[in-house]
Amino acid sequence: MKSKKKKHSLTIKQRNSLTGYLFFSPWIIGFLVFTLYPAIYSIKLSMNELQITTDGILMKFKGLYYYNEAINVDTSFKTNVIDEVYFALSATPIIIVFSLIIALLLNRKYPLRSFFRGVFFLPVIIMSGPVISELLTKYIMNLAVFNPVIYQFLMRLPSFVRNPIFFALSNLVFFLWFSGAQILIFIAGLQKVSTEIYEAASIDGATAWEKFWKITVPFVKPLAMVNAIYTVMELANTSYNYVNIKIASHLLEVGRPYSFSAAMSWIYFGVTLLLLLLVYLVFQGFGRRDNA
Amino acid sequence: MRVSKNISALKFSQHTFKKYLFGSKEKIGKINLLVYFAILGGIGFLFLYPVLYMIINSFKTPEDLVDPAIAWVPTSIFLGNYVKAFVTMDFMNTFRNSLLMSITPAIIQTIATAIIGYGLARFEFPFKKLWVIFIVATFIIPAQVTLIPRYMMFNNYGMINTPWPNLLPAAVGQGLKSAIFILIFYQFFSSYPKSLDEAAELDGAGKFRVFSTIAIPMAKPAIVVSMLFSFVWYWNETSQSSLFFGSVIKTLPMKLGSFAAAYEQVYNPNDADVFSAINESISLTGTFLSILPLLILYFILQRQFVESVERSGITGE
Repeated sequence: MKSKKKKHSLTIKQRNSLTGYLFFSPWIIGFLVFTLYPAIYSIKLSMNELQITTDGILMKFKGLYYYNEAINVDTSFKTNVIDEVYFALSATPIIIVFSLIIALLLNRKYPLRSFFRGVFFLPVIIMSGPVISELLTKYIMNLAVFNPVIYQFLMRLPSFVRNPIFFALSNLVFFLWFSGAQILIFIAGLQKVSTEIYEAASIDGATAWEKFWKITVPFVKPLAMVNAIYTVMELANTSYNYVNIKIASHLLEVGRPYSFSAAMSWIYFGVTLLLLLLVYLVFQGFGRRDNA
Repeated sequence: MRVSKNISALKFSQHTFKKYLFGSKEKIGKINLLVYFAILGGIGFLFLYPVLYMIINSFKTPEDLVDPAIAWVPTSIFLGNYVKAFVTMDFMNTFRNSLLMSITPAIIQTIATAIIGYGLARFEFPFKKLWVIFIVATFIIPAQVTLIPRYMMFNNYGMINTPWPNLLPAAVGQGLKSAIFILIFYQFFSSYPKSLDEAAELDGAGKFRVFSTIAIPMAKPAIVVSMLFSFVWYWNETSQSSLFFGSVIKTLPMKLGSFAAAYEQVYNPNDADVFSAINESISLTGTFLSILPLLILYFILQRQFVESVERSGITGE
């Protein structure tokens, strides 16, 4: 009786927000238990020395000792991080541009379109740690070495031109396979550009080139940013990322279990955040130039 | 009179010819189409190259493999690699594990993210913006940061080497890339008018009734996307699951990671015969077998896969 009365005393708005929270509450519980608490605990781990005894885990506060170990003492961690940052910086623009081109090609209407779409989304399905490392590390298709004519031609170019091309060619399949989801996102977005805008532009005498830069690019820009963020995160999280391999290999190390790995993963997380910030700044700058 | 008529007819046919070759606004011309096909076919070949390479090599005998003259067409279709890879991976058992360990979390994750996304989309409640920011943040926080504490937590509750570490986070929207699915459902459930709910409520349906009978049937594309992608991602995930239950429940990608070692255990490692040692063909067959179920699924559901991505408003922002 009382509860019924109480229910009626709530306004519709309050009742709405209560139901909303009811639907949403699983996430809050999950967030606290499986994300926030582990994250905080992991910071604690990274600052303590752990001793696993029969009574449980003993912790001794060490401050930033393990962070210092990772950056200044460990021989390979720093180079691994720098390598991965370099890789992400060079791979992300290539993947974005490539997936945009493919998406534009796939967006037109022509026979066999669904077949080609099927081909280009395939990597999303079969990409996984062991499979891709099996295929790409052992049997990587290095186009430059593959074809002696291309190789000869490239060797004549100055090194500042040659090296990026070599880099792109030798990782070509990797890049292609990494752009499945990005192609999807671009296509889904491109489908929403109404054809009327293009028609209006054609009537005003715009060429295909102008239409691309004035209509497609501004429209696609936010999607490109989403894709860039997604790419950076994917590259940082794959299990064959050298930093991740390094972190996993120290997980149960005798003498410093968990702590050293935790410190390294937080450092790498910080580096990834800087990369994301860079992506954001690049797209902001791009936007400003666009408006001018 | 007649001449001018002929000329105009000629002009007309020239025009249609040009249209035929180069296309118009409505249709792509044949030459453009050829260029399209050449570009797409070329890049598509590069895409498929590793897969084709894998399939063809899986049928090669050891003799074919070392013969430099045989690149694409093996002398015979040799199934010995399949037998060996099948035995090495203990395929039927591993396949069943993989299937169970991907379908169950995929279903749970889809239900959970649909409920959470619905709550976000259809109701106004305080701090909603903040929660959405947190959801995006969970996507950015890398798995390896939370991996160790999660492991210790599951270990405390005796859940290591059981399926629970995969299922529990999925049930509360913290599974593999749950944030993406929550945002997809959020986007999807925001896209239809509120008056629909109100009409149902006037007819006496409660909030949960509205969710289950109006919202869910409409969200079919988003559900398909969530189910398929969750399934695929859970199938391919190894770094977390191998830590949580890898020593008891082996999935296909895990078996692939230790394929060479397993092969030597099954087949006599001291064998002096070169042809019975592990070779490229056998390990490629293993790789192929481990993704074969996904490939079959993809071929069956390809249309839904591609179309549902387009319809689910995956790029709402």
